[in-house]
Amino acid sequence: MPQYFPPNTNAFVRWAILGGGAFLVALAVALPIFARTMNNAVGVPVPQPIDFAHNLHAAQLGIDCRYCHTSVEVAATASVPPSETCMTCHSQVRVGDPQLAELWSSWENGRPVSWNRVHNVPEYTYFDHSAHIASGVGCSTCHGRVDQMGGIWKAEPMTMGWCMECHRAPERFLRPRSEVLNMAYQPPSDQLALGRELVAAYHVDTDKLISCSTCHR
Amino acid sequence: MKASRSVPSVVLAAGLALALLVSGCGRNMAEQPRLGAQQASPFFADGSGNRPLLEGTVSRERGGIDPVFFTGMGPDGLVSQLPIELSYELLQRGQERYDIFCSMCHGYTGEGDGMVVRRGFPRPASFHEQRLLDASVGYYFSAMTNGFGRMYSYASRIAPEDRWAIAAYVKALQLSQNATLDDLPNEVRRALELGDSEGRLP
Repeated sequence: MPQYFPPNTNAFVRWAILGGGAFLVALAVALPIFARTMNNAVGVPVPQPIDFAHNLHAAQLGIDCRYCHTSVEVAATASVPPSETCMTCHSQVRVGDPQLAELWSSWENGRPVSWNRVHNVPEYTYFDHSAHIASGVGCSTCHGRVDQMGGIWKAEPMTMGWCMECHRAPERFLRPRSEVLNMAYQPPSDQLALGRELVAAYHVDTDKLISCSTCHR
Repeated sequence: MKASRSVPSVVLAAGLALALLVSGCGRNMAEQPRLGAQQASPFFADGSGNRPLLEGTVSRERGGIDPVFFTGMGPDGLVSQLPIELSYELLQRGQERYDIFCSMCHGYTGEGDGMVVRRGFPRPASFHEQRLLDASVGYYFSAMTNGFGRMYSYASRIAPEDRWAIAAYVKALQLSQNATLDDLPNEVRRALELGDSEGRLP
């Protein structure tokens, strides 16, 4: 029987087994460290074509989140408003302001303003805003105090580990539906008791929350 | 001869293994070749992946086309009857939607003194002037659907059901701001006269 492999193949296999083992160990150490320390651009303002100020519109003027994010209660996406929504007021207010140049040109040529995406969960994750709102997850639980932000940035890392903090124990975070849009909401001291009541009242299926296919279909 | 050939084969094997490992990298599952909601697309002239509804698109809800429900217009002009059932829940829904979409200009009481008006938007008419007190519920639905004066259409932002709820709430708002003591049920009236402003008996 001829020898297909040269003698030093043995050395190669030996080193490969050793190296492979070391690689796996390094991976097992490095990945959790990476997952726990990367902040995934939390708190880093995302530059936008127009310096839209959420604090001015939401806090000072008191415009409801849903005036612009119209589909947040009924659809998967909250939706970024079309230029028509901006123009509803800005056809009369601050007309000709150079800060709004991108808005005027969008309105005239019918091309949407190219807002830069802030929250971008991977496309193998099926996130649905309406389901979360109906279950009593507050806007500020995930998005932070957007009503105090001059620009816009992520308040939370939006990683799977972060999602699971709530999916494993929703009673820690749920609020009454009437408080979902309250940006200044503070959980009561008996949050766990209230949370358990809400989990039952809103029919939150805790088994389904930790099932892979709930979010990855 | 044998040795000189075997060294590159080790390197080759290592290279192959590395190539195999690296081929797993990339974000092709995170960024899939499909358009998500509101994603940009160079395929269409306006650069948007969202496509507008075609002219004349009608809702298939409510069993087909119901002109009164979708336009507020009956055979004799603007309707004065709600095409949906009036209920306390409908008025509450109308109040919630009014506060979201209308109060910014019209004010929470309908006086036309909303926050955006205070910031320079021309003041709309008060809902409590005679012309608008006389206007039918269909008039308000039609104004929301088609826009009115400087007010843009809200048809793309508020579903028809909610536009009717708001229209009903505006009529209720008018009633509330122009009510007299005689309009109150006797019991509430007595409570108001004896008790505090909330109608609670002492």
